[in-house]
Amino acid sequence: MTRKQKRLVIIGGGVSFIVAAVLLVMVAFSQAIAYFYVPGDLAKADLAPGTRIRLGGLVENGSLKRGDGMTITFSVTDTLDKVPVTYTGILPDLFREGQGVVAEGSFKEGSPVFVADTVLAKHDETYMPKDVADRLKAQGVNLGGKENIQ
Amino acid sequence: MIIELGHYALVLALATSLLQGVLPIIGALRNDHALMEIGTVAAKATFLLMALSFGVLTYAHVTSDFSVQNVWENSHSQIPLIYKFSGVWGNHEGSMLLWVLILTFFSALVAVFGDNLPETLKANVLAVQAWIAVSFSLFILLTSNPFNRLLNAPGEGQDLNPVLQDVGLAIHPPLLYLGYVGFSVCFSFAIAALIEGRIDAAWARWVRPWTLAAWTCLTAGISMGSYWAYYELGWGGWWFWDPVENASFIPWLAGTALLHSALVMEKREALKIWTVLLAIMTFSMSLLGTFLVRSGVLTSVHAFATDPTRGVFILIILILFIGGALSLFAFRAAHLKAGGLFAPISREGALVLNNLILTTAAATVLIGTLYPLALEAVTGAKISVGPPFFNMTFGLLMLPLMLAVPFGPLLAWKRGDLLGAGQRLFAAVAFGLVVGSIIYYVQNGGPIMALFGLALGAYMIAGSLTELYLRSGLGKVTGSVALRRLSGLPRSVFGTALAHIGLGVTLIGIVAVTAFETEHIVEMKPGMTTDAGGYTLRFDGLRNGNGPNYSEESGHFTISQGGIELAEVWSSKRFYTARQMPTTEAGIRTFGLSQLYVSLGDDMKDGGIVVRVWWKPMILCIWLGTVFMMAGGAVSLSDRRLRVGAPARAKKQKKPVLEPAQ
Repeated sequence: MTRKQKRLVIIGGGVSFIVAAVLLVMVAFSQAIAYFYVPGDLAKADLAPGTRIRLGGLVENGSLKRGDGMTITFSVTDTLDKVPVTYTGILPDLFREGQGVVAEGSFKEGSPVFVADTVLAKHDETYMPKDVADRLKAQGVNLGGKENIQ
Repeated sequence: MIIELGHYALVLALATSLLQGVLPIIGALRNDHALMEIGTVAAKATFLLMALSFGVLTYAHVTSDFSVQNVWENSHSQIPLIYKFSGVWGNHEGSMLLWVLILTFFSALVAVFGDNLPETLKANVLAVQAWIAVSFSLFILLTSNPFNRLLNAPGEGQDLNPVLQDVGLAIHPPLLYLGYVGFSVCFSFAIAALIEGRIDAAWARWVRPWTLAAWTCLTAGISMGSYWAYYELGWGGWWFWDPVENASFIPWLAGTALLHSALVMEKREALKIWTVLLAIMTFSMSLLGTFLVRSGVLTSVHAFATDPTRGVFILIILILFIGGALSLFAFRAAHLKAGGLFAPISREGALVLNNLILTTAAATVLIGTLYPLALEAVTGAKISVGPPFFNMTFGLLMLPLMLAVPFGPLLAWKRGDLLGAGQRLFAAVAFGLVVGSIIYYVQNGGPIMALFGLALGAYMIAGSLTELYLRSGLGKVTGSVALRRLSGLPRSVFGTALAHIGLGVTLIGIVAVTAFETEHIVEMKPGMTTDAGGYTLRFDGLRNGNGPNYSEESGHFTISQGGIELAEVWSSKRFYTARQMPTTEAGIRTFGLSQLYVSLGDDMKDGGIVVRVWWKPMILCIWLGTVFMMAGGAVSLSDRRLRVGAPARAKKQKKPVLEPAQ
């Protein structure tokens, strides 16, 4: 191989690998990401059943119920609208009524109940997921004067 | 008074850093030995002053001096001594101080061990190190001063975040920073070389030990952090693709690429421009990571309480350093002479492939981490990019690298023989297939991707050993001759083999856990049993207790197999009173390389409790593999040729031992 051919092979190989990587990233972005909603957004969102989303808000006071075995139901609210959620499993340590929560999962065909497979409530009593805090602030919810909620 | 001394030392360190950043560069321009020598002295002085400053903060934490705001916010008089120490860096201000301390530590190391460097190069390296130190010292003094006092000293502190009260946290950040910040030396070497406009194989030989040291520490830090998250957070997960985890993983990937490209440059004088760029990018990724963690732009487990001025300040540092470095690079790169030629199929070619894959993989992780930020800034839509994205992109991209790893060391420099290397790897491929088949048989099938992954891991381990086997000539010569040959090999050969074996071991752990772990969530009352991984777990009852700064509820479990009691395990939920915060302390029992992981959920009304039981097959392989990688790094570092102080002899030894033994 001449010098030129060698260089061509190396550059060609490199470029095709990078093109493959770019395609892969684009496919992954179209399939493997979840959009974030608060209950008030859902009416206009028009989601197809089964679409994975993150639902964030506050756990509505008095809505937490334990069903059979490990199944738990509660409502997520942005103080105006609310969405019923079911979840099977152990809730995180910091899950409490009136506190911020992010549930990941989807709506099943023809049901208004959000089926969560992951529930996040993170590691600090003053913690509220930034996404939730921003949205709630946008909706005019008073977050108890804690400006810098992380 | 002592506290003010620490503050004062920090200001003085800033002053000595300024001297270190200006005078040696002027000295290098004028070829003034005395001015250049000031860099060496100033670097040592800066380190001592930073150490004094850090020592004072540690003293304040250990003596629970709540008149210092930082101590009051992050400590408590009742916590065990070790957490008073680790609490120093368990918060934003203290960890930034540790960051700069480690930075100046590396500068001092260059000052002490850099006698073999050309005088001007050393002067410039120390100056660049000093610029970084100046920026971050200013950042601490202006936005994050850990020595702020409270006017009326409170009687008790607000406690350290309970999840951070763990031995893992005592070790994780210092190791991580040693790695993260260690790459600053590579960056400074790159900038110094660009300033001088001269770069050669010797440069790569000087940079490699620093890269190796930083890489080894970063590997240890990431691995430690992963294990800490696994046992402390009580979710049984060991990697979450959390943005902040990614922030440390991207420099690791870039650093791994740098390690390999510096090898090509050292041996063959090729890939010069690329290596310099990579050295700049690796540390830039460390800076970017620091920005992401400190600025509060991310939603993360790790997010420190932040205010916007800090984010803006670090962003400015980031833009100055990355922008400046890349401009200098663009200006000078054209003047650097390109090096040796090589065929696509050769050791160099294999290392180029390694670099291509690692940097592309690092780029996808970077994109996945930053995309949500960019999208929100542009459209306002909020998304989460989680494990599915990273598994799909990163996982698939790394696959060809895994296949290629054993080939690399078997190919000759300049022009390699792919077919020959393939033939020599025949045994390794066969071994992988046998392992895959055995698992297929034992598991009665199983997911095909998992079998492939495990076979791939076995192939990588065997393939990495093939190099040592061939070089020893075992089978062709007697055992003692083979042993002698092995002991005559340069240590870096063993380092390579160890690190590559480690990659295989980690892969096996990841695949086994992902494919074969089991998870049960059951409601248990005392006396009830549940099965996991072939073991029977019996719940014996709950007990309440108190720790120094928490109360806890512990469940006692007995593990048995075939009616024989093997072990007992406690799993508890703690409640930290000062912060009113609950944590889960998982009960973990190790069987070989596998673990049984028990964590407690909510109490039920009828006296039972929800219990989550995982069987984690081969999970310890994940971290065992990283131990192999670190050992590989350490062994390579001890190689005489790389030892910082012994370059003269290295040159003589270099030629004969490096030729592939064929």
